[in-house]
Amino acid sequence: MNRIGLTTLILKELRRTVDVILQSVLTPVITTVLYFIVFGAALGSHISLRDGIPYAQFIVPGLMMMAIIPNALGASASGIYFQKYTGAIVFLLTSPMGAFEIATGYVVAAAIRGLIIGGAVFGTAALVTDITLAHPLLAIMLLTCIATTFALMGLIVGLWADDFERLTLIPMIILTPATFLGGVFYSIDMLPSLWQHLTQLNPFYYMIDALRWCFFDISHTDPRISLAFIGVLCILSVAIVGILFRTGYRIKP
Amino acid sequence: MLYCRYMEHHTSPIIDIRGVSKTYTETRAVRDLSLQIFPGEFFALLGHNGAGKTTLIGMITGSVRIDRGTIHVCGHDVVRESFDARRCIGVVPQEMPLEPFITVERALRYQRGFFGRRQDNELMEQTLRTLSLWEKRHAQIRMLSGGMKRRVLIGMALMNEPRVLFLDEPTAGVDVTLRRELWDLLRALQRNGTTIILTTHYLEEAEMLSERVGIIKNGSLLLVERTDELLRRFGQRQWRIVTRDECTELPDTLTALGITRDTEHPHILLHTDTGAPLSVVLDALRNAGITIHDIDHTTQSLEDIFITLTENE
Repeated sequence: MNRIGLTTLILKELRRTVDVILQSVLTPVITTVLYFIVFGAALGSHISLRDGIPYAQFIVPGLMMMAIIPNALGASASGIYFQKYTGAIVFLLTSPMGAFEIATGYVVAAAIRGLIIGGAVFGTAALVTDITLAHPLLAIMLLTCIATTFALMGLIVGLWADDFERLTLIPMIILTPATFLGGVFYSIDMLPSLWQHLTQLNPFYYMIDALRWCFFDISHTDPRISLAFIGVLCILSVAIVGILFRTGYRIKP
Repeated sequence: MLYCRYMEHHTSPIIDIRGVSKTYTETRAVRDLSLQIFPGEFFALLGHNGAGKTTLIGMITGSVRIDRGTIHVCGHDVVRESFDARRCIGVVPQEMPLEPFITVERALRYQRGFFGRRQDNELMEQTLRTLSLWEKRHAQIRMLSGGMKRRVLIGMALMNEPRVLFLDEPTAGVDVTLRRELWDLLRALQRNGTTIILTTHYLEEAEMLSERVGIIKNGSLLLVERTDELLRRFGQRQWRIVTRDECTELPDTLTALGITRDTEHPHILLHTDTGAPLSVVLDALRNAGITIHDIDHTTQSLEDIFITLTENE
């Protein structure tokens, strides 16, 4: 394995995050603070949850997901897309780096970016609300798995996209609505029966629910089901990325 | 010439292409092409746009898949031992695929890292100074002129310390002064033992630098020949003779020597080299009563030969 090549690619991609640190980290932190002001302080006091969790704490796992998922996906999608767009992908393709190193480089860097921003959101939340983790180690493992899965999905989007519209299509049309409808701001038992069933078809629901279990040791779905679901999604993403890179989909004629 | 020396010693080719083909959907970009390039050579690959030059380079360097045939670089199969093959290759692409927001130094560092090599500050400084980019090492790529960006690309290719350097139209859009500086750099690299494969639209460049040329058309090689041999074989010399009086008719003794009238200028005779010594031609003109006012001669350039060959095929 080309370890130096892989490390170089990871550092190069992380450097992109550092170069736009205000945009990449400060923006989600400000957004989180606004969510706490609007939902936590202004509206949260009027919302009572079945499990007795303060509303300001209840929304933290969902807000972390809202930070991690689009950032992990966006980092790898834009990383590979701009290499294709500028033609700079030729430098990777003509170097002694294989499909595994290239894909791993983008995915690791994107997942780290997602986790850093997720950590920043958690740090902000910890400043304004008294929140603790019931299962910290499992939370780290779960978030790492989710960040990796969406970084892999970002690679698929970045390879598939042949213009800017397609690059932003998936995050805008699918990701944001699905995350919102995955129970970031509400508990599933607040919904009518039909919507409860529909919500259970949403993958983001399982992710948020599993993370909520890591925080409060309370979940609507058995955390093992959620974890298995996330694991399957991760394996599926690995398989698709593997096939796309090995066949040189849209990068190697 | 290096090529002759290596051929005499039966050195193995550093690039060995055998029967490669590439088809894009309906278009056959490269057809059953074979070519050997030897260590230390300066080889120029010439052809019109779309002739298959870039596809061929892509197949050798690993950015384009090979449909049929084999390519070995430095003794390694570019498909089965792709990493070993790529380790001895440097590529200067035709386009300028540079990321606009990274600095010159970072572009070069990343490229060395991708090749699995530890950073070498001495090599970095030497490369940047050679390319007159040392002062610009902290500048973002987007701030550079076209010529500087071209030099950054060459610097990136050199960071791998390649044994084989591919340059796909390296001087396109580069001003005359810089072009000549790049030529000097390429000559120096070749003197240090680097094998250089150049594609260019500037045939003067190929004529000045390369020891051998290959002309490619519609994905096939029309010919591969030593540059000086090609110029000697195809490069007809022509004399332009200005006479004191108008020449309305030419005696048979002159037409037999290949002398013709310039139909537009009655004071000018044209003589294409037929192998007869110039003294014989001059004697024949004198015997025919023609007084010579002036005489000059031209030789067909590689450009003329290229046009002749590619249009005839």
